[in-house]
Amino acid sequence: MNVLVCIKQVPDTTEIKINPETNTLIRDGVPSIVNTFDTYALEAAARIKDKNPDTKIVVLSMGPEQAKNALKECLSIAADKAYLVSDRAFGGSDTLATSYILSNAIRKVEELEGKFDAVFCGKQAIDGDTAQVGPEIAEHLKYPQVTYALEIEADGDGFKVLKEGQDGNQVIAVSAPCLITFTKPSFDPRYPTVRRKMAANKAQIPTLTAEDFPQIDRERIGLKGSPTHVKRSFVPEKKKGDLKIKEDTNEASAIKLAQLLNDAHVI
Amino acid sequence: MEAKTKDLWVYIETKEDGSAKSVGLELLNPGRDLADKQGGALTAIVIGEHVEEAVRAASFYGADKVIAVDGPEFKNYTTDAYTAALYYLIEKYGPTTLLIGATPDGRDMGPRLSCRLKTGLTADCTALDIDTESGNVAWTRPAFGGNLMATIICPDFRPQIGTVRPGVFKKKPSGEDKAEVHYEDFHVAEEDIHTRLLEVIRDAAEEIVNLEDADIIVSGGRGVGGPEGFKPVKALADVLGATVGSSRAAVDAGWISHAHQVGQTGKTVAPKLYIACGISGAIQHLAGMSGSDCIVAINKDPDAPIFDVADYGIVGDLFEVLPALTEEIKKLKS
Repeated sequence: MNVLVCIKQVPDTTEIKINPETNTLIRDGVPSIVNTFDTYALEAAARIKDKNPDTKIVVLSMGPEQAKNALKECLSIAADKAYLVSDRAFGGSDTLATSYILSNAIRKVEELEGKFDAVFCGKQAIDGDTAQVGPEIAEHLKYPQVTYALEIEADGDGFKVLKEGQDGNQVIAVSAPCLITFTKPSFDPRYPTVRRKMAANKAQIPTLTAEDFPQIDRERIGLKGSPTHVKRSFVPEKKKGDLKIKEDTNEASAIKLAQLLNDAHVI
Repeated sequence: MEAKTKDLWVYIETKEDGSAKSVGLELLNPGRDLADKQGGALTAIVIGEHVEEAVRAASFYGADKVIAVDGPEFKNYTTDAYTAALYYLIEKYGPTTLLIGATPDGRDMGPRLSCRLKTGLTADCTALDIDTESGNVAWTRPAFGGNLMATIICPDFRPQIGTVRPGVFKKKPSGEDKAEVHYEDFHVAEEDIHTRLLEVIRDAAEEIVNLEDADIIVSGGRGVGGPEGFKPVKALADVLGATVGSSRAAVDAGWISHAHQVGQTGKTVAPKLYIACGISGAIQHLAGMSGSDCIVAINKDPDAPIFDVADYGIVGDLFEVLPALTEEIKKLKS
């Protein structure tokens, strides 16, 4: 079995603070991490490998040179091989252009590593929150997709996926090759081992650039290949805390609250 | 692709029984404004099996036209069948704009469809407008876990597509039912659907947690202290007919299942009333609930950030506040 996991290095959004004077995001000093949902995708691949030890796990990321740190972290946890996709020509890509570049990169990595039975992604990145790149890669590759997966197991020629649903979880059968995006499962992803960490630190991570995809359409990448543009961005106005109820006792405060809610017709 | 019309389309997601989910009907409300500004008709697109009821609802909530695709292969949502149907309709009729509810299925289909059309998609929007300079739809959405808002346009490709968060807009009945209805004869062959639903697991021990459609949510966080601490939360939810939610801290501690989690790694909700009990209000939690109409915070810590977004707050022990609140509401309701 051959599984590709797409990961993104993101700022840890739990550490982001707002500068109250300028009302802008403070990005300096915010640590970079492997996107949380991608760690679930990697864990799902690792669990397939637990059952089928001849599985090869390859991780792929698009980003600046610094994203190699995120790839090394994946190597130290479960991945066997890592590739970085990086080129100035890719800068400014929206989700459509990004997924187009990544689908080209996946074809290229397949030439080097063999065909993949499945491509795993996180449900969404915690910085952009779009949840679009996974399904868009699937469309470029003409693969079937399952999103919001919790668990997966190999099943004959395809996979059986436990998918989070609105009215109960679903078990879905999907043929291979396919693309699966993962959300938060009931278990925590595994930690790196010391031995793997040392090996990961020494690992050479090849970088794929636009030159490696001679067939790529230059009109469909980067800023000019992106149909969507950010017109403006702003820090949302905080709704001010309106009314703190402070009676003599907690019980009295509770009664007052019940009456206020009743008067406001919200209950 | 070039738009063939100035029409604005709203995709009406259906349930297994063919009735409309709320979000599509909600989107007909802002859809009306945008369609009027764009100078086109407001068209509802209904896909499912036995969709007569959803078609009627779309008409009642303001659509000028309804295009329906009905067939057994559409009974349960599949990426392949639904994307194929919408792609076919868009190629044929060429709308200028498409709104899709940002439900799990909407966000599964949206990127698949926009990629096939090679056009732009903006995910999970919370505000819609027309950019006055260019006439494009201005899609506004949160990013960085709600820390930043971005307004996005798609100037050169059509249709411009966005998924829109459920609960942001309210359903608005038109008072009439006079949409021009057209059933499109379109079908997808079984071999073109590459996923198969084997089983739906409805945990018998636990009720289905439908946070997205709840009018009232009572949520517990770290401050409830343990699984037992959810009892007063549940008691209050029961008298209000509310759904129980939770913060990530309570889920990670194993006090309640992930199905209850509200926030960036859980559900995004916008009920009429959200009561946060013992929840400090990390930005990831706020990202999932700050769109609620009315927010109540009950917390011991007067500096908890949850108070910054609350309409009403009580600084106090939830184990004293909740039972008293539950009793008083019982009295008011009787």
